[in-house]
Amino acid sequence: MQSTSHLFKDNVARALVDPNLQQALVHVRTKFIDKRQDAINALPEFEALRDAARDLKNHVLSRLDQYLVQFEENVARHGGQVHWAQTPAEARQTILEICRRANARTVTKGKTMVGEEIGINDHLAANGIEPIETDLGEYIIQLRGETPSHVIAPAVHLTKAQVEETFRKVHTELDPARNLEEPETLLNEARHRLRGRFIVADVGITGANFLIADSGTTTIVTNEGNGDLTQTLPRIHIVLAGIEKIVPSIKDAGLLLRVLARSATGQEMSAYTTFSTGPRRPGDLDGPDEFHVVLLDNGRSKLLGTEFEEMLRCIRCGACLNHCPIYHAVGGHAYGWVYAGPIGAITTPALIGIENATPLPEASSLCGRCESVCPVRIPIPKMLRHWREEAFERRLTGTCARWALALWAALATRPALYRLATGVGARVLRLLAGRRGRFATLPFASAWTKHRDLPAPQGRTFMAQYRSRK
Amino acid sequence: MRVGLFVTCLVDLYRPVIGFAAIRLLEQAGCAVAVPEAQTCCGQPGYNSGDKASAQKLARQVIAAFDGFDYVVAPSGSCGGMIKTHYPELLADDPAWALRANALAAKTYELTQFLRDVLNWDAIAARFDGKVTYHDSCSSLRELKVKGQPRALLAKVDGLALAELPNGEPCCGFGGTFCVKFPDISNKMVEDKVANIAATGAATVLAADMGCLLNIAGKLKREGSQVQARHVAEVLAGMTDTPAIGEEG
Ligand code: SF4
Repeated sequence: MQSTSHLFKDNVARALVDPNLQQALVHVRTKFIDKRQDAINALPEFEALRDAARDLKNHVLSRLDQYLVQFEENVARHGGQVHWAQTPAEARQTILEICRRANARTVTKGKTMVGEEIGINDHLAANGIEPIETDLGEYIIQLRGETPSHVIAPAVHLTKAQVEETFRKVHTELDPARNLEEPETLLNEARHRLRGRFIVADVGITGANFLIADSGTTTIVTNEGNGDLTQTLPRIHIVLAGIEKIVPSIKDAGLLLRVLARSATGQEMSAYTTFSTGPRRPGDLDGPDEFHVVLLDNGRSKLLGTEFEEMLRCIRCGACLNHCPIYHAVGGHAYGWVYAGPIGAITTPALIGIENATPLPEASSLCGRCESVCPVRIPIPKMLRHWREEAFERRLTGTCARWALALWAALATRPALYRLATGVGARVLRLLAGRRGRFATLPFASAWTKHRDLPAPQGRTFMAQYRSRK
Repeated sequence: MRVGLFVTCLVDLYRPVIGFAAIRLLEQAGCAVAVPEAQTCCGQPGYNSGDKASAQKLARQVIAAFDGFDYVVAPSGSCGGMIKTHYPELLADDPAWALRANALAAKTYELTQFLRDVLNWDAIAARFDGKVTYHDSCSSLRELKVKGQPRALLAKVDGLALAELPNGEPCCGFGGTFCVKFPDISNKMVEDKVANIAATGAATVLAADMGCLLNIAGKLKREGSQVQARHVAEVLAGMTDTPAIGEEG
């Protein structure tokens, strides 16, 4: 996927004046947060589960190579095949070849963010294979030619009215009187349309929430059941996942499922949790003839052993987005690449390079709410700072900001000089403000005074007053 | 008990009364308070902008300045949090300083946290008539886990009624340099915050961080609101005769 992360500021400017987006985002600010809180209030051991989830993921990352090899062996043992892809291009090529071998004309897809990462839809379409999204949210944005704006709620940037309009444009046979305002009726309409496509699809592509090493099983969770149909009806099932999705055993998947659903949607469990182990065996009633797992690295293994390793614990629950004031203000597309919100702000620089995503780690007040809700306790603010350090070291930050910092550091590390400067500054500002006590505008402070007044200092600095009182 | 006051750069520059209020409270609670000359800023502007080297320099300066105190207290969750949680991280690779950073971290507290958790003190002798609401700064709330302490102290102020801020958890949008790097996003955040403040019907909003207060007061005044903003220490120490933040006078 083409990135516009370096244009974050332009994206933000557009997002802030987009009335539909702003209306849609109101929903995110309350709905997800309240549901999560209710679910957690009902589970006293939730904090302990978060610790366990963090420890489990750390353990896996410390032996990722071993677990991956074990996973591959067990997939093969059940008659499936693992394909390793270092880059998005390799992953695309592998998938295309599998589809071509099967003479595939249509491919149904479950939700996969890694699919977005490698741009699989465009690649298939460019090669004459029609990809059909089966998750309702993904289906809607595919109709609109858009990308997901949220890891678990891809169409959350749209209002109901926009969705209805899109449906009416495409589902032309619809009775105009038919109510399409309720999510249920939309879902039914999409289901009706999709059923036929499921039957004719040659290949089904899904993501994976977990890859279970000791059985070669892949797991997905959905709330619509579309994943099941995507992976059981077509002749070929391709699972596409990042290498960090591995867990040792089904018991570990169980632990992560418990924190995942609660953190994501406030459910105890997602409506459908589906485990797939290999292709259909003789005597099985259903299942695909072929079972492929494409494992993507795309820079993930490079993070191991660095200060960024912890971000690989992410289980893509979306809680950090739901609690992020920046995400609430601008939505997901402003981030300019696949992953949005706090996890996007730390993942994007890792996967496409900090030089292509410098504004993302800067766009945070470091309020820490993301870390406080992350089910695997990823210290997101710390990682944001690490990226800022890297950007600073590589001189990717703006010249103006660098000069201001250098001036600040020069003064702040010389207390006597600092006293002089602040003493003069405080008095001058006080004089300028006069009795008003604040500024509506002030040269060099326009970024502040654009939206708020600047309170004036009281007059003499604390240090000056303290010294004369003593 | 010898307490070193870390004044914080914003209090020093903008609102000295907060520093004097903190001293009064600490003295009322029986501490001997001193203010080391060699302090300027805790280093957050550098730390949060990726300028680790400058932040480390500042951290060493603060550590040296506060050597020899039993405790260090800051009228700010943000600067308190910087010293308490980030100095040890910042100097972790520097063995000699890492030890001193840990020692300083262990004895540093945000003001209300110190009064309640360390001194178990709440003999407030102050009066403030009217309804107030309280804004928890992100660093107090999430980094230092300070929430009950300021409320327990405010409960002892005569005449004061506390109305809780609805949806109090989100950031006010200050975030240090964030608010000038991304003014429009910051503005959305502070708009929400002042709307929630207005919804309480309180005449005054209190907080323990001058950064949040500058931001919130600035927005309140820009919107023409009558709500006044003050640091919680001013109210607790009974030093509210100066105009509130950004007010005429
Ligand atoms: S970083 Fe944490 S909160 Fe955010 S999506 Fe990943 S697991 Fe969820």
